[in-house]
Amino acid sequence: MKWEVVMGLEVHVELATKTKIFCSCTTEFGGEPNTHCCPVCTGMPGTLPVFNRQVLEYAVRAGLALNCDITRYNKFDRKNYFYPDLPKAYQISQLYLPFAQNGHVDLKLKSGKTSQIRIHEIHMEEDAGKLVHSAYDDSTYLDYNRCGIPLIEIVSEPDFREAEEVTAYLSKLKSVFEYLGISDCRMEEGSMRADVNLSVRPEGSTEFGTRTEMKNINSLRAIERAIAYESKRQIELIEDGGKVVQETRRWDDAKGESYAMRSKENAQDYRYFPEPDIPPLSISEEEIQHYIDITPEFADAKAERFMKDFGLSEEDADIIAASKNLAYIFEETVKLCDSPSEVRFWIMSQVLYYANEKNLDLEKLSISPEKFAEFVKFITGGKVTRQAGKQVFEQLMFGGTDFDVAAYIKENELEAVEDTGLIDSTVKAVIDANPKAVEQYKGGGTKIMGFFVGQVMKQLKGKADPAAVNKAVLDALEKL
Amino acid sequence: MNISEMTALEIGAAIKEGKLTATEAAEQVLDAAEKGNDKVNAYITICREQALKRAAEVQKKIESGELTSPLAGVPFSVKDNICTKGIKTSCASKILGDFAPVYNATVIQKLEDAGAVIIGKLNMDEFAMGSTSETSYYGAVKNPWDLNRVPGGSSGGSAAAVAGNMAAVTLGSDTGGSIRQPASYCGVTGFKPTYGTVSRYGLIAYASSLDQIGPVARDAADCAAVMDIISGKDSMDGTSLEMDYPSYLASLTGDIKGMKIGMPKECYSNSGLNAEVAGKTKAAAKVLEEAGAVVEEISLPFLDYVIPAYYIIAAAEASSNLSRFDGVKYGFRSENYSGLNDLYCASRSEGFGKEVKKRILLGTFVLSSGYYDAYYRKALKVKSVIKKQFDEIFSGYDLILCPVAPTTAPEIGKSLSDPMAMYLSDIFTVSVNIAGLPGISVPCGKDSSGMPVGVQLIGPALGDVNVLNAAFAYQQRTDYHKQFTEVQ
Repeated sequence: MKWEVVMGLEVHVELATKTKIFCSCTTEFGGEPNTHCCPVCTGMPGTLPVFNRQVLEYAVRAGLALNCDITRYNKFDRKNYFYPDLPKAYQISQLYLPFAQNGHVDLKLKSGKTSQIRIHEIHMEEDAGKLVHSAYDDSTYLDYNRCGIPLIEIVSEPDFREAEEVTAYLSKLKSVFEYLGISDCRMEEGSMRADVNLSVRPEGSTEFGTRTEMKNINSLRAIERAIAYESKRQIELIEDGGKVVQETRRWDDAKGESYAMRSKENAQDYRYFPEPDIPPLSISEEEIQHYIDITPEFADAKAERFMKDFGLSEEDADIIAASKNLAYIFEETVKLCDSPSEVRFWIMSQVLYYANEKNLDLEKLSISPEKFAEFVKFITGGKVTRQAGKQVFEQLMFGGTDFDVAAYIKENELEAVEDTGLIDSTVKAVIDANPKAVEQYKGGGTKIMGFFVGQVMKQLKGKADPAAVNKAVLDALEKL
Repeated sequence: MNISEMTALEIGAAIKEGKLTATEAAEQVLDAAEKGNDKVNAYITICREQALKRAAEVQKKIESGELTSPLAGVPFSVKDNICTKGIKTSCASKILGDFAPVYNATVIQKLEDAGAVIIGKLNMDEFAMGSTSETSYYGAVKNPWDLNRVPGGSSGGSAAAVAGNMAAVTLGSDTGGSIRQPASYCGVTGFKPTYGTVSRYGLIAYASSLDQIGPVARDAADCAAVMDIISGKDSMDGTSLEMDYPSYLASLTGDIKGMKIGMPKECYSNSGLNAEVAGKTKAAAKVLEEAGAVVEEISLPFLDYVIPAYYIIAAAEASSNLSRFDGVKYGFRSENYSGLNDLYCASRSEGFGKEVKKRILLGTFVLSSGYYDAYYRKALKVKSVIKKQFDEIFSGYDLILCPVAPTTAPEIGKSLSDPMAMYLSDIFTVSVNIAGLPGISVPCGKDSSGMPVGVQLIGPALGDVNVLNAAFAYQQRTDYHKQFTEVQ
């Protein structure tokens, strides 16, 4: 039997407001345990939450970007449960009136196929603290720094059918929120966290199977693995005559498997009720219009423009535009040097190479468009070859703010060899030193051309124009 | 100068005039508090050293002209559910142990800034849950007028301390009558302000949408003087109101000519209402009438629904508010547990008293899935109906006059054995909290056994000044608030 996998996502995103949602503590990541907290966010008796209105601004802008209807009259509710990371023993959240509903996200998949994921709702809530288990004994410590960091939870409809849609959706959310400047969406640091609800059903069936919810997945790669594991587990279970149990499962990425945390039968009753300490919040039409007016250009529109204005391929344009920072570096550099294809070349080859190699966050890269443009002019002006340029570019990426492009090229003698006499003499020396290769060439082995060019380039330390070397080699061989 | 029967404003004036120092005032109140406490049990904590140190500092600042408030140098005492930095704040519960807050409640900060001197922390019903001040982990509070009787509750310590001359002025909190009812039982004046006019920051919550801090004092003028200090918008309390706050004390003219006062017939036809209480409060209405007010009979048709609505809302909020007392971070932790769940269960089972547990269970039940609509949602509907009916009444009347409680103070031990009767005795006070209105309890006589009777004046939201002024006018014409008792 063929099976169809059905998934829905609950994504928590930390909003990058300066202060927490209900007090004035910093939201900065890290810090010594319990240094970013106060009586309010640690839930000391008698304290009260006071809503940070910037959270509503960020949340509404997220809702608008995901095509949601915005609730004009917002309320908070209490979600009651006991756990040591929740010092009030309730989380202030939104149950009855989430701030955004009925949105959608359009996805473009690698195959070129498009799909649309519907958003059921988005609500605001506060984050909890962290338990820190001692490495030395069985004691557990509490760190409340994360308590009260503002979150939005984006609840999708069960519209996902394959893992690629899930990763594309998360990448899209990350891109949109980065463009809005409302979150850095770092899964590794927990500022974006996804829970996957997954069920399987025979292909063609319209009824949903019993679903499980997987938590603790903190990278796109882990999500793909977790989905593959859970779909296989459910299908095998059913094919063996078993039944899927509705439960919450924890993904263990190191072991590559998930295990049950709690079943639906033991599900908690959160006893939601309206939060009496926070008066309802209303949003005016003017305020919403203002947020619409200041909506930035998102990746899709930017990619279209990059294709049209700068002649980028769809693939390259999509990759560059998906990252706010990369798109910024690209566009600003192009403005200064007017060589979009050369700038594209360095981004697609070197920037992405290093990002992948060193596992860098593209949003954290700092490349000065001025220096990048200065560098590109050396290349396009034939002053430095691409081969030699790689060494310069590495410094451009990692050499710090004091890096001086021109001085570095000069000091390291990376200027292109324009002296045709030097090229000719080097070619002659290479030919003289490789009589066997010359014999091969004469015997019709034209492929050996590349060997000669390579040897010459090597001796010139990559600083000669490859085209010029090619011509010189060909000329010299023909003359033999 | 003996200050035991002086009002807070009189003490403040005497200090200002140099007839008395803040230190002498503090010493006298400390002595009386320590002496009377064996019998009345009004205090959980008396802070002699801190108070005297503070009084000396305040005295200097008064002399240098730095402190000019009418209450500068005046000793005050605080219900033990209001956070005082570095001073044990217990809510009269075992579960808070020796918890001492790291911060001051806004009201405490404001009073200290004005130069008032904290004498101690006052006994109460555990977590303010009760109408008799018998549910305290630290033992029942006694009524100074008759030590065999309760002082009322939950701010029983706040009222008993003033009545027993063990405090000049105190702060209480009122969730369903917890300031007004003990004031009535103890023959003192207790004011519950409009919800949102006094910051709740630092008040350990019982029912957040109903709780309000207010003064318990010898008279309405003292209440107004305290309101001048503690009211105002607080950025630490989202429910605190942004508005121009009146000068409460300066507004007390005693002129109530033409003021329209309604007396609800349902209060007087209530079968539980004691005839003497009915008579004394009607007589109080006559006094106001003679002062120029127009008194008419009105109808409060919702009275039968206020008790169930109140207990559902209050218990629901309490079940959530009291969840943070879990034995993890501060206060009491059971020694008999294995594992996290057991730590919660054992600490809470051993740490909370019976009445508190009862209300947590009730609140948990009414919020449970499947019951929410039947109870909590319905109670909220009743709340909005009550608000609307009050609005209608106040479109034609300035104030409502009614009894504070159906009876005078009962004997210790009688109420908790019949909890339904105890809950029903809140009938005249809880609707004020449900609608967020201001209300005051003013002494208006004694019953045949010599126990004080209080009359309640209720105003529309933000009608605090009118309420205080009517009480002030009444006290200009009567001396019930000047009758004192000696703690035997």
